[in-house]
Amino acid sequence: MSSKRPNQLFRNLNAKIASVPMILTAMVVFFGGTIWTIVYSFTNSKLLPREKWVGFDQYERLWNTNRWLISIENLLIYGILSMVFSLVIGFVLAALLDQKIRFENTFRSIMLYPYALSFIVTGLVWQWLLNPDLGIPKVVRALGWESFDFDPLYNADIVIYGILIAGLWQGTGLIMCLMLAGMRGIDEDIWKASRVDGIPAWKTYIFIVIPMMRPVFITTLVIIASGLVRVYDLVVAQTGGGPGIASEVPAKYVYDMMFLGQNLGQGFAASTMMLITVAIILIPWAYLEFGGKRRG
Amino acid sequence: MVDPTGITLHGEVGAGADGGPRGPRPRRRFSRRNIFIYGTLIVVSVYYLLPLYVMIVTSLKGMPEIRLGNIFAPPMEITFQPWVKAWAQACTGLNCDGLSRGFMNSVIITVPSVIISIVIASVNGYALANWRFKGADVFFTILIFGAFIPYQVMLYPMVIILREMGIYGTLGGLVLVHTVFGMPILTLLFRNYFTSIPEELFKAARVDGAGFWTIYFKIMLPMSLPIFVVAMIIQITGIWNDFLFGVVYTRPDTYPMTVQLNNIVNSVQGVKEYNVNMAATLLTGLVPLVIYFISGKLFVRGIAAGAVKG
Amino acid sequence: MEPSISIRNLSLNFGALKVLKNLDLEIGKGEFLVLLGSSGCGKSTLLNCIAGLLDVSDGQIFIGGRNVTWAQPSERGIGMVFQSYALYPQMTIKGNLSFGLKNAGVSRDEIEERVRRAAQVLQIEPLLERKPAALSGGQRQRAAIGRALVRDVDVFLFDEPLSNLDAKLRADLRVEIKQLHQKLHNTMIYVTHDQIEAMTLADRIAIMRGGSIMQLASPNEIYMRPVNKYVAQFIGSPSMNFFQGTIEGRRFMTEGLTMPLDGYEMTGAGAKDGPAWFGIRPEHVASGEAANAMPVTIDATVDLVEPLGSDTLARLEALGQLFWIRMDGQATVEHGDKLTIGFDPARAHLFDEKTEERI
Repeated sequence: MSSKRPNQLFRNLNAKIASVPMILTAMVVFFGGTIWTIVYSFTNSKLLPREKWVGFDQYERLWNTNRWLISIENLLIYGILSMVFSLVIGFVLAALLDQKIRFENTFRSIMLYPYALSFIVTGLVWQWLLNPDLGIPKVVRALGWESFDFDPLYNADIVIYGILIAGLWQGTGLIMCLMLAGMRGIDEDIWKASRVDGIPAWKTYIFIVIPMMRPVFITTLVIIASGLVRVYDLVVAQTGGGPGIASEVPAKYVYDMMFLGQNLGQGFAASTMMLITVAIILIPWAYLEFGGKRRG
Repeated sequence: MVDPTGITLHGEVGAGADGGPRGPRPRRRFSRRNIFIYGTLIVVSVYYLLPLYVMIVTSLKGMPEIRLGNIFAPPMEITFQPWVKAWAQACTGLNCDGLSRGFMNSVIITVPSVIISIVIASVNGYALANWRFKGADVFFTILIFGAFIPYQVMLYPMVIILREMGIYGTLGGLVLVHTVFGMPILTLLFRNYFTSIPEELFKAARVDGAGFWTIYFKIMLPMSLPIFVVAMIIQITGIWNDFLFGVVYTRPDTYPMTVQLNNIVNSVQGVKEYNVNMAATLLTGLVPLVIYFISGKLFVRGIAAGAVKG
Repeated sequence: MEPSISIRNLSLNFGALKVLKNLDLEIGKGEFLVLLGSSGCGKSTLLNCIAGLLDVSDGQIFIGGRNVTWAQPSERGIGMVFQSYALYPQMTIKGNLSFGLKNAGVSRDEIEERVRRAAQVLQIEPLLERKPAALSGGQRQRAAIGRALVRDVDVFLFDEPLSNLDAKLRADLRVEIKQLHQKLHNTMIYVTHDQIEAMTLADRIAIMRGGSIMQLASPNEIYMRPVNKYVAQFIGSPSMNFFQGTIEGRRFMTEGLTMPLDGYEMTGAGAKDGPAWFGIRPEHVASGEAANAMPVTIDATVDLVEPLGSDTLARLEALGQLFWIRMDGQATVEHGDKLTIGFDPARAHLFDEKTEERI
């Protein structure tokens, strides 16, 4: 009975059954769905998908649409600033919390709780806080600074910074936690050595800790970046894309085209562009992270 | 710090002459360094707490007080009317039964989604970690890369799948969506956890005659309660806070709480009632906040793992 | 001797990597076999194949006359003890011992009886209700042995069971395992990288390297007549000293020294002339008075001394290279001393320079 090699198909059968949902998800939704969207971005589907091929027409239209260009510009501003500020603020806060201080847990809880809240809640709170008539601008004016008119929700030129403030409030706690975990992962002996050598703490951070935390920084950047492309809820809640189309973002463009504008083809083309953006960020990272140590 | 008798204390200035420790004792309680650190942290904490504080005080004020007063001022006269209205009377479109409907929808969506996704992912992660079979790695890699694909790309294909299954627009459909899109992070979480359990334990169980399910239930499960809690935190907060899937895959009467909240606050009709809006916002944020404050350290572990999900 | 385990032409590949290469091995009933080798030699892999925890690529495994090549681990009639103990942390020791029996559907009374008997043999009765976390390393490993014991099987597999223990406990448990074998007469296969464990426990040792068995023989045979230079170097501490040179006639010539090989017992057809290694163990080198009685004597300078109490190890410089000798524990030598040493080439080991096979 056990002298013959059993059929390979039925070996580990339970494990294979347990993996069926994963296989379906990976192949049908992730792989199949992505291919499907890319293929249909070359059609002029309107309300329903149809196989009327139009080549790169949708992409041409996309890049000639003012709203899309504004969306991209907004995403660039928001993305770059949010990466820079998240990393800097997150690192500084983590370094402060790393000083063997008392109430570390309390401070960390306070900085992290916004991350538990949804983007909708975040957007609505900051919409209220930045309310030009009744919110913070009113308080500042009441304090005697009559000419204060930081008015991000009504001023098309700076509305994206209003969203940035909300986004940073929600997300820096997470970055701080990742950084702190990275710092705690550094060998305690490094600190002992630098103290014996008489190197001041700030120098140790800049010249020793930061270079050692390179992988943490890279991973954090990838996490921020791949999340950025999807920024959607926050904008919907805080500004609804307004004033006018001043705070539109790509993810919102996709949704509006697909489900409000009855212009599926445009939506597919725009989402394919988002996919390409993520791929540009992801592939070099994946190559750096996993390329070197492929297992046999 | 010299004592009244005029004798200098050991460890303080002047102790060097008799061979004791030299120099001032480092780290005093109120050193300039500590003032700087704690000062900065307190200022930062105020910034983080301010929105929560404003939400609370605004939700307890009456509208006239809000219009006249300062956004930061505590309420002069506390009223719970905005909370009652937000919960039971606020209007979205034609429905005027408040957020309670969205709350119930969110509960009905979250509970089965969390349970189903964790059951599937934990068994799958265990199979990947311990019962490696040919081809498993390929599917797993696709799954993990799938976690980075913008949801927008898969939004419409998912609509088609749900429509074909006849569950588009239903709560069941949304449960399936959450199970599918929660799978990469949960599978990764469980696979990594089960891989970290010494392989010899698994081998010992096999020599002891335990099969796939016996090992899962009798050996692995009892050792993995913390990771199940972490998975629950990730899923409950993630699904509760979801907006995109809710708005795409449900209809007005099945909208989850976040979608309904957004519709209440950003509706263009009528006079803006900021106190009601803030009460509604707080109500929606309450579930994840409660999870956050009771789970403590496990939440940090969960978000570090769940960060990939964005 | 009736074979208890027989392995025929066994191979295991991970992709292109050949981890085990066409192994043949017969293990007698009641024999204590030690698989010895440095890490990566395939010894643990072989044990896992015997246990059924790894699927073989080719070949067959018989246990107790039954072909078990594709049988489940639990169907093979084996018990296994692991390096990390692998006790189920959430169960009591009693739960650990009875888990396998429960899976096999053994009756409650029978389980009770077998657990009691095993606990008695291993003297862990007072620990039965405790969880593994509440036990010391030695107690845990005893419990892990108990888990193999209750299965009432003919074959025990040990995968480096003592490597996680400190030196003192390791020596104690080693003795206990030997006693256990003397009492039970089970077949035991024991994987280790520790040559002391191998020498003290084994009826036969299989020295493995690169997925093959280099030599399979009794401890004494392996020590006295290693089949190649690798085995010679691997067994013995400090390891064997080697001189490079050539064999001409019945003499070994190295720079500055010619040694007659009259007493040396050649393997097979005897030596052809040509380049070779001459090996001599540190404990077969005499010093001082005794050296003068030896057929070969050399003048050396003491380079470094390691007193161990029972013996003294000394590293000497002679003939342009360093080599070790083992001296009396009371020997008083120090760095820089001049010393005459001597040895008998009859106790030496000659290896072909190219093939490194014993001559």
